[in-house]
Amino acid sequence: MSQSTPQQLVESALAASTADGQITYVTESSEANLRWASNSLTTNGAMRSRQVVVISFVDGGAGMATGTVARTGTPDIAALVAMSEQAARDAGPAEDAMPLLSDAPAGSGDWDAEAAETSINVFADFAPALGEAFGAARSRDELLFGFAEHQLATTYLGTSTGLRLRHDQPTGKVELNGKSADFSRSVWAGVGTRDFTDVSITDLAAEVQQKLAWSQRRIELPAGRYETLLPPSTVSDLMIVAYWAMEARDADEGRSVYAKPGGGNRIGDRLAQLPLTLRSDPDAPGLETAPFQVVGGSSGSASVFDNGMPTPAVDWISGGVLTNLVRPRAWALTTTAPATAGVDNLILEDPTATASPAEMIARTERGLLLTTLWYIREVDPQTLLVTGLTRDGVFLVENGEVTGAVNNFRFNESPVDLLGRTTEASRTERTLPREWNDWFTRAAMPMLRVPDFNMSSVSPAS
Amino acid sequence: MAQSRSVDESFLALPLSALADAALTRAVDLGCEHADLRVERIRTQTVRLRDARLEALSDGEDLGLAVRVVHEGTWGFAAGVVLTAAEAVRLAEEAVAVAQVSAAMNTDRVELAPEPVYADGEWVSAYEVDPFAVPDAEKTGLLIELSEQLLAADGVEHVTTNVMQVKEHKFYADTAGTRTRQQRVRLHPEFTAMTVDRATGTFESMRTLAPPVGRGWEYLTGTGWDWRGELAELPELLREKTKAPSVEPGRYDVVVDPSNLWLTIHESIGHATELDRALGYEAAYAGTSFATVDKLGTLQYGSGLMNVTGDRTAEHGLSTVGWDDEGVAGQQWDLIRDGVLVGYQVDRNMARLRGLERSNGCAFADSAGHVPVQRMANVSLQPAPGGPSTEEIIAGVDRGIYVVGDNSWSIDMQRYNFQFTAQRFYRIEGGQLAGQLRDVAYQATTTDFWGSMAAVGGPQTYVLGGAFNCGKAQPGQVAPVSHGCPSALFENTTILNTKQEGGR
Repeated sequence: MSQSTPQQLVESALAASTADGQITYVTESSEANLRWASNSLTTNGAMRSRQVVVISFVDGGAGMATGTVARTGTPDIAALVAMSEQAARDAGPAEDAMPLLSDAPAGSGDWDAEAAETSINVFADFAPALGEAFGAARSRDELLFGFAEHQLATTYLGTSTGLRLRHDQPTGKVELNGKSADFSRSVWAGVGTRDFTDVSITDLAAEVQQKLAWSQRRIELPAGRYETLLPPSTVSDLMIVAYWAMEARDADEGRSVYAKPGGGNRIGDRLAQLPLTLRSDPDAPGLETAPFQVVGGSSGSASVFDNGMPTPAVDWISGGVLTNLVRPRAWALTTTAPATAGVDNLILEDPTATASPAEMIARTERGLLLTTLWYIREVDPQTLLVTGLTRDGVFLVENGEVTGAVNNFRFNESPVDLLGRTTEASRTERTLPREWNDWFTRAAMPMLRVPDFNMSSVSPAS
Repeated sequence: MAQSRSVDESFLALPLSALADAALTRAVDLGCEHADLRVERIRTQTVRLRDARLEALSDGEDLGLAVRVVHEGTWGFAAGVVLTAAEAVRLAEEAVAVAQVSAAMNTDRVELAPEPVYADGEWVSAYEVDPFAVPDAEKTGLLIELSEQLLAADGVEHVTTNVMQVKEHKFYADTAGTRTRQQRVRLHPEFTAMTVDRATGTFESMRTLAPPVGRGWEYLTGTGWDWRGELAELPELLREKTKAPSVEPGRYDVVVDPSNLWLTIHESIGHATELDRALGYEAAYAGTSFATVDKLGTLQYGSGLMNVTGDRTAEHGLSTVGWDDEGVAGQQWDLIRDGVLVGYQVDRNMARLRGLERSNGCAFADSAGHVPVQRMANVSLQPAPGGPSTEEIIAGVDRGIYVVGDNSWSIDMQRYNFQFTAQRFYRIEGGQLAGQLRDVAYQATTTDFWGSMAAVGGPQTYVLGGAFNCGKAQPGQVAPVSHGCPSALFENTTILNTKQEGGR
């Protein structure tokens, strides 16, 4: 798309450096998407972009300072390097300063290969199949809504300490929302994918059709605490909240749900009665993600000095006990704990679980079966209390069978508290978060049974 | 508003006309009924301090171009980042290819409501000091000084400081002949003070109330907000909050300050009066609206005191523009009049669908890389002419709660059931403030809440609040938007205790 390859851009930025260190990364990205409503297309697109990020490191005597400048397209590399060096000279010494890394992590890709790219043709079979699903839905007087997206991002990261790392990240998802013609019944099915070869619109449409059939009988229930079956998608949205709060520094400073009264953090505390493990693994099958860190700006949970740091598999909670928090190298130095990077996938599992979600439903005497959660927002950081809504299918289960659809609820719950109150988990399966899938799609979760989920009030929404 | 500036030369120096000619000519050759080209350059800089030390200064620029076509009644969209005529031609071809692949799924023929042609339009937002012309060292120096003062106060253990700065340039051209150039600037500074009690493992924070605004760096140096005054008061307010009693849940008369009410307006009125939501375009994602088109002109949205407008024209408003991303000029119109739903926010295709003469200019994309969708205007609750001050409203309440500053927010997918928290809640007893309360949230259904509005403050209480991060559409897009409002009284509102909600 221009004269210079991304690798050449990285090399020319590094060559132009007059600072004490530099990290440059270039991300080539492409995306195709389709969006539909009421059995017809609404928007679509095919987009390509390139982002060039230059981070300069300048030792001003009192310590190392940094400056980050990012541009899209085909920027003037010399000007970009000069701007980032000026920004570094203007900044004071960085609190997270560490020597830049020089050991290549395992699993970084082929530096010399061209960037991967997607296009609208990824939907060549999908779009007609969806058109057929629209026709079938129309014949039942039902409406389909949803979105399909495929993205490919290739990142080339080079450092003045000699690292040359490359990673290809495919990300894809489909969400299918079915409604009755009067919008009074509404259900959802969704999947994450790397390449769309494993997406069956027929299966998704069948799931939607089944849940619309379940919704024929409408049952009004009041607010209250209910035995509730949280399917994998809902568990992922709640566990992502628990994961995003896992910053070691916040906990060590006493300002997080993972802070211990009296000082220190809660590593070693039992959070779940079941032997639940919450973990991330860049090599998890179907959920593969970068095996090294790429950081444009420092925060309490990531540091620009840690670019290129390996992100190996890590247990955040192991056997129900909190075992790790996210900790940049510099913060790790102030403690006795190891540096631990965040990873862009999340898996919750109970190694003793044998039941499928369907089997958990079958052994439920009376309870609510949810579909997805929505509009989840933090209410109290102290307990990580969040509020949110049930969405697109709350079903009443009686004597092991779905007997009808219940109104939606607003809930107030803490995902950390929920772990402690969970009495059963199913086998783990790949799932798509509903609330957070703009930012987080790679998740595998079980269904959880919570005996007393707090449905705070009724929502009349459908 | 005085047009004291023109669009930056550095943007006009891009080959804007050549890109437009190349893309639009190719699109017409390929048989498109309509085509438009946007070139956008968005400069962003975020300065973040942790405990008065610079944690990150990130400077970004997103420069790209996009071609959108209507081809045989179907939309097609393509975007790239290489600003050459050849790439503009390729994007026109790709947009047509996208329309062709999508045609198999399309049953609604796209047509656009008419709009006058603006052959040579230029618009620049109202600001004094371009934040990108201020040296980084000067900016961080001021933020460090203000943060250190806050951190030095008794009881303040941590301070988080965040300033987002944005400067947008946009060029738009379409096959009807409109060509516009625009430039706007916005700023969002925030300071948060936190206190930690290690013995009990508790902590509490309080954030500044200053809203994000369509202003330049002058906003931090004395124009439009008294930062030093607000920061000086914050430690004592935080100390009072940590010692405040936990609220007794129940029903209270609630006086809501503009610093909190803007967000309730955003969620329960702004989004609910978006026509694309009412028509179901957002049904799978952002959601729909209870305010459906069959209720236009009859739905009693709130009490007779309720008058709400949409506008693209308020000075310093975050969604104020000259023209939208379909070449429609900025306007002001009524959404709710005397408590009744009377209007929506629309784009050109929806305006035609509804038989309106003209779009009210609400089509926006957040960057060249995204397709325009209906986005929110400045949606504002009008003050009562000659209406009471906030103190006078409080004086009329026997047992209630006064709500100040936005915090947590959540609303359902049809915009009925919402729950909000705040920076500060005060008990009202016998018409007087009687100290802060902790662990408070208010929860209501939209029409019940607005129906309970028993007093609306006068123009002297009116404040333009807002946000940078309104989310909508798939792929996700963010948009800035302002909401003006006076203080107002809502009777008999449900108050929760959030500690009890958490089972403690």
